Amino acid sequence: MILIQLFKTFVIIGFVSFGGGYAIIPIIEAEAIKHEWITAQQFIDIIGISGMSPGPIATNSAILVGHSVSGIIGAVISALGISLPSFILVLIIAAFFQKINHYSITKSIFYGLRPIVTSLIIYAALKFAITNNMISLYFSWHSLSLFIVFSLSLLSLWKLRWHPFLVILLSGFVGITIYS
Amino acid sequence: MNDQLKMLFQIFWTFFKIGPVTFGGGYAMIPLIEKEIVEKREWLKIDDVTDIFALAQSVPGAIALNASIFIGHRISGVKGSIAAMLGILLPTFIIVLSLGMLYMLIKDHPMVEAAFTSVRTTILALIVYAAKKIGKTAIFDKSTLCIVVAGVPILFFIHPIFVILIGMLMGVIIVWIKRKLGYFTILDRQHKEADGGSKDCSLSVEPLEKGG
Repeated sequence: MILIQLFKTFVIIGFVSFGGGYAIIPIIEAEAIKHEWITAQQFIDIIGISGMSPGPIATNSAILVGHSVSGIIGAVISALGISLPSFILVLIIAAFFQKINHYSITKSIFYGLRPIVTSLIIYAALKFAITNNMISLYFSWHSLSLFIVFSLSLLSLWKLRWHPFLVILLSGFVGITIYS
Repeated sequence: MNDQLKMLFQIFWTFFKIGPVTFGGGYAMIPLIEKEIVEKREWLKIDDVTDIFALAQSVPGAIALNASIFIGHRISGVKGSIAAMLGILLPTFIIVLSLGMLYMLIKDHPMVEAAFTSVRTTILALIVYAAKKIGKTAIFDKSTLCIVVAGVPILFFIHPIFVILIGMLMGVIIVWIKRKLGYFTILDRQHKEADGGSKDCSLSVEPLEKGG
């Protein structure tokens, strides 16, 4: 049955999806086309929507593939399938972590791991800026306006300590006012 | 029983509100976690958030989802982790399906495009602010600062999972060498603050934030 096949495929993909990002998109594409769930052209649209939406791009594309195969129930099955491995593995790690937390070797590992998380976030910020064409070496009014929106957003989060929701909402209105 | 149900619903609802902001690799949710879970609910401390994201990185799957399951588990066990998982998944599920159905209509709509141009820039600001928050708990001496600075360019060439493993190994090696040399290494910021050394810590993150 097709629902079981959807579930099985996305569970397997979930287990190998480190980072949840663009790296597994080709795997999802290959599987979906192999099973004849969608066409290559449809998948391009799916990537477009997944990238626009919040949430992990891999989960988003799984949801849309599932939806085009068998509607809402297909979407639910695919979302649960790709998330199940995370759930199982995180619970194992969490239980294990409570046991090993007090050893000094664990503390040494975290001493090196915490800075790497910081590097990963800075890297994610740079990547996000590059893929959305926000970094430009040439001056233009558009890049200046983006820089101003960025600075004001950061200022309201960091110094004014506004709630992130408020900042995003205001930013949306600013965008509609100045870019349309 | 009723109290527990209420708690689980609170966890679900908190993550449901955070869900729509998980753009850009899941780090954009950190400022929201700080507001909703650390400050408002007081379920966790900001230092715990750093450790949870460190673990969430090391498991397959999306970081936002992993971190939510971890936090749910920390607050209220397996049931808490289910509540958090459903809470974080549901909004993105609804949004991505609605966009999928509207796609052909809104794809080229100038107003949507205009709003998104600005919102994406704000998401970038959220990620940078997350780097500052996490950096503050991760960087408290020269060695940790060096790992952060070296880590960013390396990530452009090596898969993140190897960089994470290298980071873990570096931690063990640095602590071992320092111990051999006779230094006493403080292994997290809480202890450092107890020793009154928090001032140079906040100074050491300054140049980094500008780099991000």
